[in-house]
Amino acid sequence: MRDLSGQNHYLSAVRATPFYEKQKAVDLVNTWHRWQGYTVPDVLDNVTVEYFAIRNSASVFDITPMSKYRIKGPDALAFMNRLLPRDMTKLRVGRVGYTVWCDDEGMVIDDGTVFRVAEDEYWLCAQERQLEVLKRNAIGFQIEYAEITDEVAALSFQGPVTCKILKNAGFAGIETMKMFDLRFFDFPDGEIMISRSGYTGDLGYEVWVQNDQAEAIWDTLFEAGKHYDIRAIGGDALEIARVEAGLIAAHVEFSPANETVRPGHAKSPYELGLGWLVKLDKGVVFNGRRALMKEKKNGSRHRFVKLDVEGNKTACNAYLFDKKHGKQIGHVSSTAWAPTAKKNIALGFVDMPHGEIGTEVWAEIYYMKELKWNTRWAKCTVMKDAAWNPPRKTLTPPADF
Amino acid sequence: MTDMSNTTYDSIIIGGGHNGLVCAAYLAKAGKRVLVLEARGEIGGAANTMTFCDGRKVSPCAHYLNQLNSTVRRDLNLTSHGLKMAGSDISTIALNPEGDHLFLNDQGASGAGISANDAANYGRFMKLMQQYSTMLGFLVDLPPIDIFNPDWDDKVAALKLGWNVRFGLGAEKMSEFLRMVGMNIYDVLDDEFDNPTLKGALAFDAVLGTHTGPRSPGSVLTFLYRMVAGTDGAVELPEGGMGAVTSAMAKAAAGFGATIKTGARVASVIVENCVATGVVLDNGATYSATHIISNADPKTTVMDIVGPRHFEADFVKRVDNIRMRGNAAKLHIALKSLPRFTNLSAEQLRSRLLIAPTHDDVERAFNHAKYGEASANPMMEISIPSIDDETLCDEGHVLSAIVQYAPYTLKGGWTEAAKDNFRDACIDRIARYAPDIRDHIEAAELVTPADLEQRYGMRGGNWHHGELTLDQMLMLRPAPEASRYALPLDGLYLCGAGAHPGGGVMGAAGKNAAKTILSEGRS
Amino acid sequence: MKKYDVIVVGAGHNGLTNGAFLAKAGLDVLVIEKNDYIGGATVSRNLHKDWKYSNCSYVCSLFRPEIYRDLNLAKHGLQVVTYNGGFTLTEGGDYLGSYNDHERMRREIYRHSPVDVDAYDRFGTEMAKWCRFIRPMLLRTPPDPTSFKFRDLDELAFLAKKFGELGSKDLHDFMRFFTISVADYLDQFFTSDLVKAHKAGSGIIGTGLGPMSPGSAYVMLHHYMGDVDGSMGAWGFARGGMGSIATALCGAFQEYGGELRTGSGVDKILVTNGRVRGVVLENGDEIQADRVVSNLDAKRTFLQILDPKDAGEKVVKAAKRFKIRGSSGKLNIALNGVPEFPALPKGSRLIHGDFHIVDNMEAYERAYDDWKDGRFSKNPYIDALIPTLTDPTMAPEGKHFMSVFVQYCPPSVNGREWTDELVKEFGDNVIDHIAKYSPNFKDLIEHVEVRTPREIENEAGLTQGNIFHGELTLDQLMFNRPFPGYAQYRGPVNGMYMCGSSTHPGGGVMAAPGANAAREILMDMKLSTTVPEDASDD
Repeated sequence: MRDLSGQNHYLSAVRATPFYEKQKAVDLVNTWHRWQGYTVPDVLDNVTVEYFAIRNSASVFDITPMSKYRIKGPDALAFMNRLLPRDMTKLRVGRVGYTVWCDDEGMVIDDGTVFRVAEDEYWLCAQERQLEVLKRNAIGFQIEYAEITDEVAALSFQGPVTCKILKNAGFAGIETMKMFDLRFFDFPDGEIMISRSGYTGDLGYEVWVQNDQAEAIWDTLFEAGKHYDIRAIGGDALEIARVEAGLIAAHVEFSPANETVRPGHAKSPYELGLGWLVKLDKGVVFNGRRALMKEKKNGSRHRFVKLDVEGNKTACNAYLFDKKHGKQIGHVSSTAWAPTAKKNIALGFVDMPHGEIGTEVWAEIYYMKELKWNTRWAKCTVMKDAAWNPPRKTLTPPADF
Repeated sequence: MTDMSNTTYDSIIIGGGHNGLVCAAYLAKAGKRVLVLEARGEIGGAANTMTFCDGRKVSPCAHYLNQLNSTVRRDLNLTSHGLKMAGSDISTIALNPEGDHLFLNDQGASGAGISANDAANYGRFMKLMQQYSTMLGFLVDLPPIDIFNPDWDDKVAALKLGWNVRFGLGAEKMSEFLRMVGMNIYDVLDDEFDNPTLKGALAFDAVLGTHTGPRSPGSVLTFLYRMVAGTDGAVELPEGGMGAVTSAMAKAAAGFGATIKTGARVASVIVENCVATGVVLDNGATYSATHIISNADPKTTVMDIVGPRHFEADFVKRVDNIRMRGNAAKLHIALKSLPRFTNLSAEQLRSRLLIAPTHDDVERAFNHAKYGEASANPMMEISIPSIDDETLCDEGHVLSAIVQYAPYTLKGGWTEAAKDNFRDACIDRIARYAPDIRDHIEAAELVTPADLEQRYGMRGGNWHHGELTLDQMLMLRPAPEASRYALPLDGLYLCGAGAHPGGGVMGAAGKNAAKTILSEGRS
Repeated sequence: MKKYDVIVVGAGHNGLTNGAFLAKAGLDVLVIEKNDYIGGATVSRNLHKDWKYSNCSYVCSLFRPEIYRDLNLAKHGLQVVTYNGGFTLTEGGDYLGSYNDHERMRREIYRHSPVDVDAYDRFGTEMAKWCRFIRPMLLRTPPDPTSFKFRDLDELAFLAKKFGELGSKDLHDFMRFFTISVADYLDQFFTSDLVKAHKAGSGIIGTGLGPMSPGSAYVMLHHYMGDVDGSMGAWGFARGGMGSIATALCGAFQEYGGELRTGSGVDKILVTNGRVRGVVLENGDEIQADRVVSNLDAKRTFLQILDPKDAGEKVVKAAKRFKIRGSSGKLNIALNGVPEFPALPKGSRLIHGDFHIVDNMEAYERAYDDWKDGRFSKNPYIDALIPTLTDPTMAPEGKHFMSVFVQYCPPSVNGREWTDELVKEFGDNVIDHIAKYSPNFKDLIEHVEVRTPREIENEAGLTQGNIFHGELTLDQLMFNRPFPGYAQYRGPVNGMYMCGSSTHPGGGVMAAPGANAAREILMDMKLSTTVPEDASDD
């Protein structure tokens, strides 16, 4: 039984987003999973077709279950600047920033995007739940914070034709939005927010609406995009795109520090290849600062690597070695056959000092064909960039397609 | 302010309480330029002497000296700075409502129908406690051992502790220590003694100044703590009240060259580029120094004076978690003349008088505190210092009593009516033992934990700047990342009772903080 | 006359576990039980018509899975079934439900206190840390901290290593956890009094501490560190009642050749020249054995069946001051149907779990104050369950068995012995209390067995009715359990051992003390051990 109200959990564990009916209407395979309490599709039609909507036309993915928070008040900037390792004074109103945040040990709690919607107001969009983190961070700051996950419905609208479709839909000036800009647009029943952001490494937008505007925005996009193979997609297609784009996921690339039970199992921003987000010299205290200063000085334990894996066998759950049959130096966290790059790729971690760009590591890959298991050693080259990082991701104004 | 911004100091100490003064003295003695800034018009914090009712003087908080650190006393030569004891080796009388009192002194226990067995056990028990306290005593004079990054001193201290526990005590007493250390005093007293008055007195001593009852596990440790921190439980009465102690400390500090300013309330700490570099007074004056040392309690320091934003969030949460529930009130009574306590001579009133009839009574008094109520039958430690100390009043006497339990968070708040009620309940309580006391009273004042917070800035009115429980001691005091006096903000330190080894008029925290700061350059 | 290798006194779950591992090692073992039935406090009793009552212990979580598996208890008929649900009723007519499903649990907390939802996860993470830390210690013998024997030093080094692995902050949090009160601990996470009250019950069950007493947080851990099938903190029913555990253990014991004698109380342990020779039964019979293991609690062991002369003055003194206070009572009720709780919404299945009636921390603590003063709690904490909603074997069709655990109930009332009138008064108070929340409850009652510490002591032989064989406070845990110098399962005379819950790791239907004691006995006999090692994950 679906629970639309959120109040019937004594009867049902399944909760529906405001886009549920719309997605159900185009669902051909009935394969859904739970994401933070909501039911969302893995696939609606066919993974490959959905993937190519991301890279070739326009994909619509329901990101309502993302944890969303509003932080508002005279201390909002100071609060965010203490919470996040980035220099938040640099994030102007109307801009979005990708960021991680850490505990006192400099270990990553989560990553996500920060939206500066007003001088004294931010939205934080996270993979994991952050209310307790906000609560402990709020001690001593003049801010109000609230979870708005259930109030704000959101779609990730990604693909090379998305700007064109949004133009068609009447969002005037959308093409002037730069990567990580956010803007409010008029829409029936109130303004909606569109940000040029996403989780696919491609041209794309995220659309944030009130729940009661959800079906209308869905219809608007599909109407405006009807000539461009616009498609609702499920999580499986997105997963391929995010690995291709070299983006990390919670519980896959890192174990959120505040949920990690085993000592030493969390990771720092440096170990996730996100050192560029850490501004040690920003002049104010931020969570993890002391520990990260120490790590910067003494070195990290691991290095995040994006790998080009020889052959076509995915290196799923593989250990990494310094040479064929050599010493074990790490493991693979995510894999994909990259359909656009036409490459066998993987994300993973190796012990320092291994894994410098351009060097080789080896994976011992186990794979099965028709119930027979085989093993194969594959040379993996550490890539500098993600397997897919097209100029159109950041080009402004974007081309129509 | 003539010296605005143009004088730099090596160290600024926020707060001129006893630990702040001790810290200042040690730093100044080592040649540092030290400035002590005290918000109030006089130094001493809660360890001062206040005038009350026609020039009579009382100690507003602690009135006996039983924990003053002997190293501090010696190093600062407090005697030469005028510290004099009006009474030493003050004995204890546990009052009995029927007049059959129990006398506790260095000779042992007598009276109150105490059996020979109990009397012998009392001697043996106190000796055992003294042995434990001797074994642990050296810890008071050191910063808590850093188990994860031990330096040479830590290793020596850890070995010494291990050695003391294992060989100093021997296997059997070590086992007994490990068993007892987490226990509640109530059970231990039941195991050891029969005499209810004795059990009441010892139970009260274990919970004095805490938010625990005798049946709360950990109360053996607080009992032990009084002895560890002091000189085996010997009780002294400083002439001129507790202010005499801090004034000697201030003289010592000044003698070594420290500057002490009163009426200088620090409004905030200047933090530049994640380093504490100075302070701003409420009048706008600023001072800078390389070491900003706070004598305020850790919560006030972090939350109010410096501000949570200069610390990382998990640390702030830990500080927020520090429990500092004050439960002890102070009752001051101006007396025309000495009242008569049933079956006690005037001479015997020099003793420390306890009203804590049985350990069950103490526990029942604590029950109220758990729910934010003042005890219906409060427990008391009574002192009539004016008998021994003529400097306190020209005529008549003053009586002061520490009263438990009077919770800081009283349901309905400490309104005037609530204060009056509790004050009268306290006087009624004394009148059980001194029936004519009302005839002698000229004035009486109750100082609640809320008053203590308001007057001396001790959050929650907690005398110890943080409850003394197992989880708030040693390297857990006040928080793991701050237990060695340096707070996790460069340039900022704690020197008050909120840091190891905690509260009481000891001066050890101030001394240890100074030593830690002075040794920084070394390693 | 036959001489046994080992006699185990008491057929509680630990005695049977101990016997089973010794018999498995090929020893000739006799387990002697005073009652006509086995199990001690791990029993299913048929006291009313076709009902089976788990009339002492009533749920299972702590039982060591290694033992379950090693002794083939499934083969001997044991099935432990996880149950779902549970709720705390509020005075205002609402409830806070327990859901095994994480998202449903979150939404339930959200209904009462949105800000506590994520705190609940943080709380869970911390508890998992401490469980993970402590579980590997359960099937180990505590070291003697005063000893310089290699084994003790090695064990101390093991502990030091575990502490070291925690890292600075976790170690400090752990030390704090071990000494703090459950009320203060919960305050660090939650704002809602109801959410705190819902969690606090496990901090006081069976314990002479209030939720505001330092040390009660550990008691909560003691109820969290178990699992059913790897699901930490989950509890289950033994199909057929808790007696199924004893029956299965006994099946294993007998399969390995062990001998059981019921209805025979042991009067004394026979000692000559500082060496155990056997036991004397209450009927005067002597049975010889080289070794005697007591499954009785420390007081009964050292003050009753061992002669004070043999025990020695020191041990007698330690046993006398051993803290074993009865603080719990129990009602076992035969019901003609399922009681209705109007607070629960229609269609809710929460009643399949354990439900509680105390919705704020102050009420908990006041219940404790009653007990401290020698009264049973006027407004007690109850942990009630209807196993027959899950287990069809314990009551006739459509009828139910309800187990109501009650905290606090003193071993004597205002210093006087329990009388039948007082027992009834105690029982009626609990029933009235439940009836306030369930209008048809009283009408459904067919039979009630009321158990105060008096009944628990008389039947199960738990001194003062203490369900844990002794308080779980710092002075009686690890190497202090039951008292210093005797924490390694050996008694003061040669050949004498302890295997009950008075020894490490303490009470609950865990079977770890029995197994640990068997390992020590086999070691003394220079036999290879039959006791499995801890199999916790990393």
